[in-house]
Amino acid sequence: MDYFLQMKNVSKTFGEVSALHDVNFEIGTNEIVGLLGDNGAGKSTMVKIMTGYHHPDPGGELYVKGKKSNHLTVPEARKQGIEIVYQERALADKQSLWRNIFLGRELSNKWGFLDIKKMRGETLKLMDTVMGFTSSAITPDSAVKTFSGGERQGVAITRALYFMAELIILDEPTMGLSLSETKKCLDFVNQIKCEGKSCIFIDHNIFHVYPICDRIVVLDRGTIAGQYMKDELTLPELIDKLYLVAHTGSLTDKNGCAEDAGKDGGNT
Amino acid sequence: MSSNAERTTPRLKSDSVKISGFAKALRTYSLQIGIVFVAIFIWFLFLLGSPRTFLAGNIYVSFMSTTPFFALIALPLTLIIIIGEMDLSFPSTMALGMMAFDVVFVGTGSVILGFIACLVAGAVVGYLNGIIVVKIGIPSLVATIGTQFLWRGVVMVVTNGQGLGMTKVQDTFLYPLFVGRIGGVVPAQFAWTIAVGIALWILLNRTRFGAHVYLTGDNIESARLMGVNVNRTKILSFTIVGVAAAFAGFVVSEEVLFFWPTLGDGYMMNTLAAVFLGGTSAYGGTGTIFGTFVACFIIGAINAGIVAAGLTGFWTSVIYGLIIVISVSLQAMLNKRIK
Repeated sequence: MDYFLQMKNVSKTFGEVSALHDVNFEIGTNEIVGLLGDNGAGKSTMVKIMTGYHHPDPGGELYVKGKKSNHLTVPEARKQGIEIVYQERALADKQSLWRNIFLGRELSNKWGFLDIKKMRGETLKLMDTVMGFTSSAITPDSAVKTFSGGERQGVAITRALYFMAELIILDEPTMGLSLSETKKCLDFVNQIKCEGKSCIFIDHNIFHVYPICDRIVVLDRGTIAGQYMKDELTLPELIDKLYLVAHTGSLTDKNGCAEDAGKDGGNT
Repeated sequence: MSSNAERTTPRLKSDSVKISGFAKALRTYSLQIGIVFVAIFIWFLFLLGSPRTFLAGNIYVSFMSTTPFFALIALPLTLIIIIGEMDLSFPSTMALGMMAFDVVFVGTGSVILGFIACLVAGAVVGYLNGIIVVKIGIPSLVATIGTQFLWRGVVMVVTNGQGLGMTKVQDTFLYPLFVGRIGGVVPAQFAWTIAVGIALWILLNRTRFGAHVYLTGDNIESARLMGVNVNRTKILSFTIVGVAAAFAGFVVSEEVLFFWPTLGDGYMMNTLAAVFLGGTSAYGGTGTIFGTFVACFIIGAINAGIVAAGLTGFWTSVIYGLIIVISVSLQAMLNKRIK
């Protein structure tokens, strides 16, 4: 099977705290995966490993486009086309919009100096086409701290989109967004699917996750408790399972679940 | 009538666009414009207070001669404050650089080699500051208080408290190059301060390193998440301040033609006051080289103004302390209002 990214036996411990334990996970090309789990289940840690921010404990393996990646760094992951929109947005508040769009990837000319004119111009274009900022109060030079929650999210998403990502990871993107802003965000995920790209969508709200996903992965206390293709189960069934996981920590004592989990586990 | 009205409307519109553009520039550069007005205001104050001193040309030559001694450090120190760190070790670094000069010059007899050793010593000390802060993780305020005492101690031990006459330097090209008088009037160190200011402005505003300085100081976690090498950025900034402090130490010693092992004492307050008065935020993330540059000369003028006004030199410390507290407080209040 053709996977964009694959994790094999990945564990991650911080001091004495085990955040992830022996996780096997994969995401195919042009697949939308919903990652569900309670607070502290290890969702953020897992995606931070995929973006090269954290490194897995020895023994864990990471494959990007079928090639083993021994020491993935943030710039390396980006080169491979992995982009993330962080829960905390990862913006620099006092800096201008264009500096935030190009954060860590500033464009420079052949002399090594910043190409500010180009970065401003690109930002202006993106504001029009992608972000939908119509207010005349916002310019590429506006400081990001003056923006609303939705606008800030728009900046973070636009940044991921601009750099031609192949896998876009959204870490709780709807947190703190208004209804219409949430809708815009979900539309964006559909757009990723249409463009043939992959997406990992993390959210607490399964009503957001379920409609747009191809597959749902449930993470619990650092391990994968189960994964389902969307057409295998209905939304109420999924809710039942999530309750069960939250209370017992496993899905195996419910009919059918162990089979599903086993089947998908065998694929890896 | 109607055609008249039509003709005036577009003109009104373009006027309002112009005004809004002007207002935007005003807002963007408000701090820089503010500091220039503060400078002019203080100058007028002194002009009224002691016209005889401030109408004479001598006082301005004196400014251009002495202000660079701390401006050469305050300009790169702006980077450290923007990045959200602090360096209090620069007065000792000035002396340590000259100690390296002393050792190499006495050993080899070469002024050039001594000068190179001075800059290298400054770079090493700055680099070590960076390593202690970044790799060991000690808050820079504490770490550089430690290195301040450490290097001063090293200077005292190595020189045994003895100074060094620098008259030999007068025979080399380094003397006219750094402290000569351009056209017999303008001190060379003033030109060097402008050159350093321009170089740092370009570094801060036109390079990726400069962009990373702002981003790291603004939100270090965001910078890290987005792949900015914050450790390297910090270490490089500390190194730049180290080199600049050693260079300033050399210029001071050349000007007075003597290296005192206590070199650098008395530079702490005015240097920090210049950076904070220049509008660089104590919270990190904002600040300008231009602001620091103008503020340096305000600080220099205040020093002269206090003496010219007939107050004792003890007052300078009171005024500098007030400037630091007031400018930092103003920034804190502005910060709250924007939030």
